[in-house]
Amino acid sequence: MLSAAVVLAAACTQYAFAQNTNTSIFSPASTPSHSIFSLSMFVLAITGGIFVVVGGLIFYAAVRFRQRPDDDGSEPPQIFGSNQIELSWTIIPVLIVVVLFLATARMIFAIQDAPQPAAALEVTAIGHQFWWEFRYPALHITTANELHIPVSSVDAPRPTFLKLTSADVIHSFWVPRLAGKVDLLPNRINELWMDPQTAGLYEGQCAQFCGVEHAKMLLRVYADTPDQFAAWVKREQQQGMQDPAVAAGRHEFESQACMNCHAVAGTSAHGQFGPDLTHLASRKTIASGAAENTTENLERWIADPDLIKEGSLMPSMHLTPEKVREITAYLNTLQ
Amino acid sequence: MAGGSIPVPGGLGGAAEVTRPEAFEGTWLEKLHSWVVTVDHKKLGVMYVLFALLFLLVGGIEAMIIRIQLLFPDNHFVSAETFNRLFTMHGTTMIFFVAMPLVFGFGNYLMPLMLGVRDMAFPRLNAFSFWMSAFGALLLYYSFIGGVGLQGAGNAPDVGWWAYSPLTARAFSRGHSTDYWALALIVSGFGSIGTAINFIATAFCMRCKGMTLFRMPLLVWLYIVTAGLVILAVSPLTAAQVMLTIDRYLGGHFFDTQAGGSALVWAHFFWIFGHPEVYVLVLPAFAIMNEVIPVFSRKAIFGYPAMVAASVGIGFVSLGVWAHHMFTIGMTSIGNAFFVLSTMLVGIPTGIKIFNWIATMWGGKIRYRTPMLFAVGFLVQFLIAGLTGIILSVAPFNWQLHNSYFVIAHFHYVIVGGILFAIFSGIYYWFPKVTGRMLDERLGKWHFWLFLIGFHVCFDVMHIPGILGMPRSIYTYEADRGWTTLNQIVSVGAFIQAIAIAIFVYSLVHSALKGRVAGPDPWDAWTLEWATASPPPPYNFATEPVVASRRPLWDLKHPNDPDEPLEEG
Repeated sequence: MLSAAVVLAAACTQYAFAQNTNTSIFSPASTPSHSIFSLSMFVLAITGGIFVVVGGLIFYAAVRFRQRPDDDGSEPPQIFGSNQIELSWTIIPVLIVVVLFLATARMIFAIQDAPQPAAALEVTAIGHQFWWEFRYPALHITTANELHIPVSSVDAPRPTFLKLTSADVIHSFWVPRLAGKVDLLPNRINELWMDPQTAGLYEGQCAQFCGVEHAKMLLRVYADTPDQFAAWVKREQQQGMQDPAVAAGRHEFESQACMNCHAVAGTSAHGQFGPDLTHLASRKTIASGAAENTTENLERWIADPDLIKEGSLMPSMHLTPEKVREITAYLNTLQ
Repeated sequence: MAGGSIPVPGGLGGAAEVTRPEAFEGTWLEKLHSWVVTVDHKKLGVMYVLFALLFLLVGGIEAMIIRIQLLFPDNHFVSAETFNRLFTMHGTTMIFFVAMPLVFGFGNYLMPLMLGVRDMAFPRLNAFSFWMSAFGALLLYYSFIGGVGLQGAGNAPDVGWWAYSPLTARAFSRGHSTDYWALALIVSGFGSIGTAINFIATAFCMRCKGMTLFRMPLLVWLYIVTAGLVILAVSPLTAAQVMLTIDRYLGGHFFDTQAGGSALVWAHFFWIFGHPEVYVLVLPAFAIMNEVIPVFSRKAIFGYPAMVAASVGIGFVSLGVWAHHMFTIGMTSIGNAFFVLSTMLVGIPTGIKIFNWIATMWGGKIRYRTPMLFAVGFLVQFLIAGLTGIILSVAPFNWQLHNSYFVIAHFHYVIVGGILFAIFSGIYYWFPKVTGRMLDERLGKWHFWLFLIGFHVCFDVMHIPGILGMPRSIYTYEADRGWTTLNQIVSVGAFIQAIAIAIFVYSLVHSALKGRVAGPDPWDAWTLEWATASPPPPYNFATEPVVASRRPLWDLKHPNDPDEPLEEG
């Protein structure tokens, strides 16, 4: 039974490694997640060792001292205890605790108290029911749900330092391959940093239950090469596109309640309650990652958000299909 | 205190003969009335356990719906809102209305019998406490009624069983669902505190002749520590619920962040309750193990004083570990390091206990009846649960694992693999005492093996989606995350456990009506509850027992080889 358990545990660990998902804590891609990964392997080795030894003792005692069929019915010798033995199996766990604690404390200080280098990018992340707002104070950019950060390298380290807070309830920022999670609390600023070395998309999601649509509060972090990032910043800093071909859609957008919650830079839409839409068309997803950013999905979303994300705080405006198409056409131009 | 020199009293030997089993004559209405108005600790104990088993089925059904919903990505078996209500109710039910009443039921039934006395110290308080707990549960479930019915799930709470502020503020939780939750826990909280006071008073003031503190069965010691923790842990929870209700209706701002209140303060209050609560539940599981393992190994418990010290030690340390539930909430590095250390320290007395149980089995002649099967299951699973606990106490590792399915797997390992296995062991062990009939061994083995297999299929596998980044409390998940197969295996394991529970319930009913007659002492055991009839009559003993050691019935059965004289003798 014990060997079965060990095999099972090994198989599970193997499976966890083999799964090439973009959210596995065992495929770290950034300094904090790497450090946590090494520490966790050390901890798993120690706890695994304890399991084999103590589990083996339980198994041995359970089998070796079972009542045999030819038992004479007499009671076994009664042993009441031994202070020496008690002492020895107190001291060994104490030593293990000391080792584990020192290794852990070292890592806590290394990650949590890491100094912020001058080259670091600062981003403020604000949790909302059920989406993410990202502000780049030095770059004067506001965007939503898809966080773009530069890759960092050993030669030119450029980590990203996040300041985390919330506009409503508690959320939690968790992109497993980049860093451990940190909660976003109202009236409070928490911090988190990461420095992905490889460009690409890193996924995660809100990890603190925050209401009806908590499950669809997904999170996408794009680590861009320096050129990509510079280009992205440049585009984001521009005002919303003004295309006369979609004037009808823009008019509709600005005369409906849309602009009470959403902002499009350079227009009269200044709403703060929902995601900034100035560059919506350049994002890969809508509804905080719940659906791909296609014309069809956008039309469904505008017609009735509950179809894509039940319990979303965006109301259905009961627009005619014609108006939905016009607004979608306008939003599609917001590159 | 001259322990060894007190002769084995003759009165005890006759106790079982002169004490007649309870035989109540009357119509069924009179019978029902006798249960409603009773202040007898045994009837209240049985009602606690039956009440808990009823809610175990309710909470279990909620778990099954959760597992059906998670069989497929983007499943729509239930709506997001219903799912949120279900996991909130599942957690609240299982902790407050299954685990706690099971613990109190065992304590109520067993403590006076083991101490050789007629009843608890405060029988009326005891009845009051039970009915408070029961009405708390009814109040919580009343929230399901009304509103938009079950698939809209009425007004059942949907804020998680930890109910983090400010999600519970009126701005984010409209209607009365959160109020049902808060009021239900206030009401049942008073019941819990009353019971805890009763346990302590009974153990310290109501022991029979010769029963010194260090001759008490270990179960009683564990219940003293448990009761102390209940008083220290449930009080802050009750206070927090009152504060929450003040926030919601009287314009208080304790947790109302929009008016400058603090979300962090709620988290502290909740976990100052929440962590000792784990020990409130697990210490009684230890207590049952301390009775079952020696009897079925045919040996005295190894290291009784060390076991007492370890239990008291766990109680003290457990009061200083709560913020290990909050490593991601933004504490300072020093704060995090402190709670890492305090949490790891719990592992030391817990380890001592496991070693002592192994040493008790060592050199014994272990009889594998159903109670002992569950006890060995407990040992292995509790070891694993403890080790994943150590893993979670490593704060940086916790930053990854916190609120993931790894945590869900860990605490179900503690509560199901540890506590529930111990409770099952206890039910199989004491059922003959309570009903006078044996639980069916064949059905018991079916129950054990199916439940064991289902448990491991479900909860071993459940660790992995957590490692692969699956957070808790999500009603659905993305298809491309690699979690689908794992969730399906977990669900299959859950369904197997449900079958095992069905067998268990059938066996309980069947055996209570038609089981083999047990007699006063079917397990050849050593503590005082086996020195009276099964079921014991009101007031338990026809003659007051006098004891000379920790195992009075051993002394009686082996006059030439009495139990170990007390060290301080």
